[in-house]
Amino acid sequence: MEKTIICTVCPQGCRITVAGEGSNITSVTGFTCARGESYARQEFVCPMRILTGSVRAEGAVEPLLPVRSAERIPRDKIPECMKILRTVTVKPPVKIRDVVVKDILGTGVDIVASAELAAK
Amino acid sequence: MPKQPMETDVLIIGAGAVGCAIARELSRYELKVMVVDKNEDVGGDASKSNSAIIHTGYDAKPGTLESELVVAANPMYDKIAEELDVPFARIGGILPAFNEEQFEKLAGLREKAFLNRVYDVDYLTAKELLKIEPNLNPKVMGGLYIPRESIIDPFLLVVGYAENACQNGASFLLGTRVTGIYTTDGQVTGVATTAGDIKAKYVVNAAGLYCDEIAAMVGKADYKVNPRKGQFFILDRNTACKVNHIVLPIPTKVTKGKLMCPTIHGNMLVGPTAEDLEDKLDHSTTAEGLESVARDVANLIPGVRLNETITQYCGLRPNKVPEGVCVDVYDDVRNYVNISGVRSTGLTASASLGRHVVRKLMEIGLAAERKESYNPVRKGIRLFRDMDYAEKAEAVKRDPRYGRVICRCECVSEAEIVQAIHSPIPARSIDAVKRRLRAGMGRCQGGFCAPRIIGILARELGVPESAILKNQPGSYMVVGKSIE
Amino acid sequence: MNELICDVAVVGAGPAGLAAATAAKKQGAKRVVVIERDATLGGILLQCIHPGFGLNYFKEELTGPEYASRFAHAAKEAGVEFLTDATVLEVGDGFLRCIGAACGVLEIKAGAVVLAMGCRERTRGNIRTPGTRPAGVYTAGAGQRLVNRQNLMIGKRIVILGSGDIGMIMARRLTLQGAKVEAVVELLPYLAGLTRNRVQCLDDFDIPLLLSHTVTEIRGHQRVEAVKIAAVDDKRQIVPGTEQVIECDTLLLSVGLIPENELTRNAGIAIDRVTNGPAVNQYMQTSLPSVFACGNVVHVNDLVDNVSRESEQAGRSAARFAKGELPKAREIGCKAAAGVRYVVPQRIALSGEDEELTLYFRVLAPGAASKLAATQSGKELVSRKVRRVSPGEMEHLNLKSSALTDADLEVALTAE
Repeated sequence: MEKTIICTVCPQGCRITVAGEGSNITSVTGFTCARGESYARQEFVCPMRILTGSVRAEGAVEPLLPVRSAERIPRDKIPECMKILRTVTVKPPVKIRDVVVKDILGTGVDIVASAELAAK
Repeated sequence: MPKQPMETDVLIIGAGAVGCAIARELSRYELKVMVVDKNEDVGGDASKSNSAIIHTGYDAKPGTLESELVVAANPMYDKIAEELDVPFARIGGILPAFNEEQFEKLAGLREKAFLNRVYDVDYLTAKELLKIEPNLNPKVMGGLYIPRESIIDPFLLVVGYAENACQNGASFLLGTRVTGIYTTDGQVTGVATTAGDIKAKYVVNAAGLYCDEIAAMVGKADYKVNPRKGQFFILDRNTACKVNHIVLPIPTKVTKGKLMCPTIHGNMLVGPTAEDLEDKLDHSTTAEGLESVARDVANLIPGVRLNETITQYCGLRPNKVPEGVCVDVYDDVRNYVNISGVRSTGLTASASLGRHVVRKLMEIGLAAERKESYNPVRKGIRLFRDMDYAEKAEAVKRDPRYGRVICRCECVSEAEIVQAIHSPIPARSIDAVKRRLRAGMGRCQGGFCAPRIIGILARELGVPESAILKNQPGSYMVVGKSIE
Repeated sequence: MNELICDVAVVGAGPAGLAAATAAKKQGAKRVVVIERDATLGGILLQCIHPGFGLNYFKEELTGPEYASRFAHAAKEAGVEFLTDATVLEVGDGFLRCIGAACGVLEIKAGAVVLAMGCRERTRGNIRTPGTRPAGVYTAGAGQRLVNRQNLMIGKRIVILGSGDIGMIMARRLTLQGAKVEAVVELLPYLAGLTRNRVQCLDDFDIPLLLSHTVTEIRGHQRVEAVKIAAVDDKRQIVPGTEQVIECDTLLLSVGLIPENELTRNAGIAIDRVTNGPAVNQYMQTSLPSVFACGNVVHVNDLVDNVSRESEQAGRSAARFAKGELPKAREIGCKAAAGVRYVVPQRIALSGEDEELTLYFRVLAPGAASKLAATQSGKELVSRKVRRVSPGEMEHLNLKSSALTDADLEVALTAE
């Protein structure tokens, strides 16, 4: 299988072609730096993304608390993660980086608060 | 539990300028008055999408009822504006001629004005015109000046009529469509509506665009109403090229033509087109229509900056075929007054039509005593943007919500929005709030305030945000919570 | 009227205002007050819950609220005071007037004022899209506020006009929240925003991007029911026969940002007609010497990191001015020349301070290998070669103020 990936590491946006099967990469062409090559390899095998979203807040000045994955998680886990976030409610006070969902979907990555939450 | 049957002395169909003016006049008497309208708010259709001009009647067809009504109404507005707290200004109109053909028409137009008993129409030279209107096409050869052509806030005029009628006892049943008119032995006895039957001794058809459909319910639709669309531009208050007067083109048979004028709130208004349609529901602006406005107005004001537009809209003039304003009563459909043919001059004529129709009702038998307690004065919501700092300071002490500016373009505070929601004719939709306060009419067109006003409306009305409408049923603003 | 006296007053507690206020305090201004109309600090960043902020400034990838929070904390720690839930009504020479639910009507006398009001969005009315006026036509920022701060979903089937970053970010957000984004429609033949957003917001979700297309009509009586789109040619004219109807219930507009300068205009401050923001010198000082400006109110930025730096400059300068320490000097113009749309700052004060100046500018059209250069009387002062340029990506050039002579500076882009 061959995939053309647009690199997003820097504004240059090199088009990198990766060939391989699953996690077995046979060739990577079109990159102009090492960061680009490693990005393309990861993107081919398992695209990773930072997940951002919101959870409901109760008794707070705002109805929602923005949250984020502390690190990148596999892109294909995101729809399932969004479903989980819908079931979560938080109460103030909340500080940035407080854990909202620990180790989401067994990724080893926490979903953490991305803003402070003050009481009403 | 069955609802109490609704009953009134006079039922007015249509809460546009004319219907509300009639309601106000009737509320001077010891009578039960009810106004019914299919729209969720007063304002009608044409009454809320026009050029906001109070005409003198200089160009009406002499000898017609329209001429009589418009010419009579114009002088009434100083008092009406004061009593009803409606922004109004006599800025004057000019009719510039740019070529021989147009110049030759001026004498005839002035003569026509005189026949309409509009005597205060003067000739101005090109030099005089350019002095008072510097952005006029320098090719101007001369023109007419009509000092009593005026501008008004059309939304507040209708709300003013309606609230005053309300405070004097009239009731308004909105979001209610008349589906039939009951008659017994050739006399109306009431109407059927989507909210149930209403018994009425007298029925007035002030339904504007739909007056033919109402008239058909009593078998009196010997005319048809076709919508004549008019498309408009509104320009930013800061636009570089402005006019001081209502700049009018020399009229043709079909239309008054495309004009440019200030609005009472300082924007510039440019338009309208005149396009005959079949579909009364066609409220769309079109690229061609807007382009034709651009082309034609460039002849009057070559520097007009249409790219500094903040919005475009269209209104549908109720164009009766055959033409002509008529206020009819019938021997075979008694206690019914039919108003038809009210078109471009409807907003203006509302003041005199109100009285004319009441007189007609009395001619056909409506007996009524003057109401001692009638109060002609209606105070609108005191606007934050009109207050000086001392008044603002007092206001915010009284109600801290004056300290929260919701519409930053037009400077409208939360306190006024709450007042509008709880006013005599409550504003329950985004557009109803907009028309009463101008929140959402500014250059960001609700980008900043609409999300906040959705929240305020939901809170004040005690309903979920998904129930908040832009105007009519079906115009939901949001589908529900983003996370339940 | 109640009165408050301070050294520097800042209008807006978004990223620009927060950075300016902190910098003013650090520069030695005794009392710095920020007036913010929202109840919380952070401005527009509060609704930008997506990542991509701070890569430059903090060398970390933060969300909007995280970025704002760092600056808010820094401001509080530095001793900046905040008046929230208060709106500035008027700005003038060394003063501003505001009103707030708690503070009432307040006149603030300040040694210097910093304007940081941000911007508003271009509307359907500005771009004259024909059709009806149903509910469901939203600008992207308004939609973002509804979804991210008010927990209200704007619609189920969305068409987005404009491939700017806000539009693409919302494409992703709306999809994650369960809506179907039918297409992103872009008038230009190229992406308006960052490529990384195309990848992570559109490609990740298989959302079609239609370049060289526009919305020609909005349909729907009470609520949006569909939009008509069509292809455009290289003169941006509609190509007949390419019209398609896309059924949807929401049209989201991401068609441009306009600096919000009503306060600035009312103060009689000179506005640059290209940027729509006040013309400033390298100190971010407007034509009214006691008034400074920074952030999107001066020119629309792509990276909040640049806003922070520019605003720190404004804050430092405002503090110096309030102390009487900002040099008054002859100013030269700094103009956009070939290929360049605008330059900020628009003026440079020849103050004799040996400082490095950063000129920010945008090019008129996308291009490949080119040279950016700043010249004075034909003499090149500084230049840089670039591989590609785009109007959507702000460029900059650094030069030493000591290199400047007494003539207007011109910034140009030439093809290589």
